[in-house]
Amino acid sequence: MSLNTQLIRSLKAPPRPAWEEPPSKVGLTAKGGFLLLCCLGVLGPLWIVIVTSLSPKPVIDRVGGLVVIPQGITFINYTELLSGGQVSRAIMVSVGVTLFGTLFSMTVSVLAAYGLSRPGSLGHRFFLMTMMATMFFGAGLIPTYLLVQSLGLTDSYLSLVLPSAVSVFNILVLRAFFMGISPELTESARIDGASDLRILLTIIMPLSRAVLAVISLFYAVGYWSAWFNASIYLSDQEMMPLQNVLIQLVQRNTQAPTGLQQAVHTGQLSALGIQMAVMVLALIPVAVASPFVQRHFKKGMLTGAIKG
Amino acid sequence: MSLTAGSRPDGTRPPAAVEEPTAAVATAAAKDQVPRRTGKAGKKGKAGKVPWRVRLRRDRTLILMTLPVIALLLLFNYVPLLGNVVAFQEYDPYASSNGITAIFHSPWVGVEQFSRMFDDPLFWSATKNTIVLFVLQLVLFFPVPIVLALVINSVIRPRVRAVAQAIMYLPHFFSWVLVVTVFQQILGGAGIIAQTLEKHGWSGFDLMTDADLFKYLVIGQAVWKDAGWGIIVFLAALSAVSTDLYEAAAMDGAGRWRRMWHVTLPALRPVIALLLVLRVGDALSVGFEQFLLQRWAVGAGASEVLDTYVWNVGIQNGDFSYAAAVGLIKGVIGVCLVLGANKVAHLLGEQGVYKK
Repeated sequence: MSLNTQLIRSLKAPPRPAWEEPPSKVGLTAKGGFLLLCCLGVLGPLWIVIVTSLSPKPVIDRVGGLVVIPQGITFINYTELLSGGQVSRAIMVSVGVTLFGTLFSMTVSVLAAYGLSRPGSLGHRFFLMTMMATMFFGAGLIPTYLLVQSLGLTDSYLSLVLPSAVSVFNILVLRAFFMGISPELTESARIDGASDLRILLTIIMPLSRAVLAVISLFYAVGYWSAWFNASIYLSDQEMMPLQNVLIQLVQRNTQAPTGLQQAVHTGQLSALGIQMAVMVLALIPVAVASPFVQRHFKKGMLTGAIKG
Repeated sequence: MSLTAGSRPDGTRPPAAVEEPTAAVATAAAKDQVPRRTGKAGKKGKAGKVPWRVRLRRDRTLILMTLPVIALLLLFNYVPLLGNVVAFQEYDPYASSNGITAIFHSPWVGVEQFSRMFDDPLFWSATKNTIVLFVLQLVLFFPVPIVLALVINSVIRPRVRAVAQAIMYLPHFFSWVLVVTVFQQILGGAGIIAQTLEKHGWSGFDLMTDADLFKYLVIGQAVWKDAGWGIIVFLAALSAVSTDLYEAAAMDGAGRWRRMWHVTLPALRPVIALLLVLRVGDALSVGFEQFLLQRWAVGAGASEVLDTYVWNVGIQNGDFSYAAAVGLIKGVIGVCLVLGANKVAHLLGEQGVYKK
C-alpha cells in the first residue's frame, strides 16, 4: 500500500460494526476533551520550558519567570552553552557514555538472547534461571558500592556502564522475539553450513530490526537519564554527565554553569533562560528518538510482558 | 481406509494438517519449555540420552554467547549479594587496602546492626513514609493507566490514537531530573504559578517544599511521567479481545457500559492481577531517584524512604554495616512479598508472575 492511501485511510474513521450504537455527541465531546486535556498536560510544560529557553533576558525579566507566549526568539542561550565550557563538556560525556554503553549492552544482550533461544541446549535452564533470579532480588546499594570501589572503577566512566549494563527484562524480550522467528529459516542456513554467529548476523538480526530498535532505545534512554551512579562513583566535577550538571544548576541553585556566571551577573544572560536551555538539550534526544520507535513499542513490551 | 479424524476418504489431508507446522511453531514460541522442531532441537527430544560431551561440542557457540551476560550478572548481582555479610559486621573500610578484603579484617557483631533498627526513629519514619507512599501509589496511580487505556481503546480513528499515544508515552523517556525540574519550575516557589499569584497579591505559593502535600506531589509526578506508558500493556490486552464477544453482548441487548463491564474488564483481569502482583512484590521500592532529588527541597522528614535512608546512612555517613542491614531487611521482605503476592494470585485463580 502506498504511503498516500495509507495516510488517507488512517485519517478517516473506519466504519463501525452494525451492532454498535452510534456515538452520542456528549460522549464524543467528553472523550475528545479528556484526551486533549491529557495531551496538553504533557505538552504544556514542555512548551513553556522550550519558549523560555528561546526568550531574550528582557522578556524573561518582564514576565517575571517562565514565558508562555513567545516574544522575540533568540538562540543566544544555546550558542553560549554550546561554545565550550561545562555544559558542552557534559554533553560530550553523556553522548559518549550513551553511545558506548548502548553498543556494549546491545552486544552482550543480543548474544545472550540468541544463546538462550534454543531450549534444550547444554546449560540452557541453568543460565536462564541464573538470569531470571536476579529479577527477584536486588543486590543492595551498599555491597554494590563497595564492590565497584574495590574493583577500582571509581572515577572511571566504566562505573557508569558496567554495573548497569545488563537488563534481564530486555534480554527476555529479545529472546522471545528470536524464538518466534520461523526455525525453517535458520535450519536451512545451518544445513548449508552457516555458523551460529553468521545465522545471528545475517538472518535473525535483519528480521528483528523492530525489536532491536526498541531495546536499543530502552538502553540508550537508561544511559542518557542516569545520574545516580555518576554522583556516587565520580568525584571529578569535570567528568560529570549532563543530568548531573542539570541537578547542580537547578536543584542546588548554582544558577549558571561555570564560565557563564560572569555574563549572568552583568545581566547579559538570564539564569533561568540558561537553565531551561540545558533542560531542552537534555530532553531533545529522547523526544526526537522515541516517536520513531513508538509503533514498535507494543511488540517489544508484549513479547516481554506476556511471555517473560 | 478407515475414516479417522484428520484424514479424508479421498486421501487429501485436511486443512488443519497443512497448518500444523505453523501452529506448532506458534505454540513452541509461546511456551519456553516446548522444544522447537529444528534439526538441532530435533536431537533434543532425546536430550537425556545424548552425552554431555556431544552436547557441549554441539552447543559451545551458544554457551560462549551467553557467558558475557552471565559473567556480568555474577559480578554485579551475585557477588554483591554475598557482600551483604557486612550487615553482620562492624565493617571498617580502612581495615585493609581494598574494600572487599576489608570484610575479612572487620569484626563480626552478629545481629547487633539489626537490633539497632528497633531503636532508630529515623528508620521507622522512613518505613512509615515508604508504606504510606506505596498505598497512595496503589490507590491514586494504579487505576490511571487502565482508565486512559479504556478511553484510547474506544477511539476508532487510527491517526488520533497514534498521536495521542505518542504524546502520552513521551514523558516516560524523560529522566527524573527533568521531571522534577519541570515540576519545580511550574509549581515551586520561583515557578510560574507562584509568580502569577504573586502579581495578583498572593505570595508564598510553593508546593515543592510543602511537607504535607509532598506525598501527593510525588504521585502527581509519577502520573505525569509513567501513567501514559502504563497504557501499553492494557491496550495490548484489549486488542486481543475478540469482536465476536462484543457483538454477541450487543445482540443480547447489552449497552456500551454493560459491554465494558462484562466483556472489556474481565479481559483485563489477568493483566491487572499480574501488575498488582508485581507492584505489591515491589512495595518497598516506591522510587529512589525521585525522592533523592527532592530531599534538598522538602527535607528528609517527608521525603525519606527506605532506599534513600540506606543511601544516607551508608554512602553519605559511611556507616556501611548499618545501611547494609537496613538494605538486607528490605530485600528479604521484598522477596517474601513477591512470593506471597504470587501465592494469593494463584489462590484467586490468576497466573501471577510465574506458574505454579
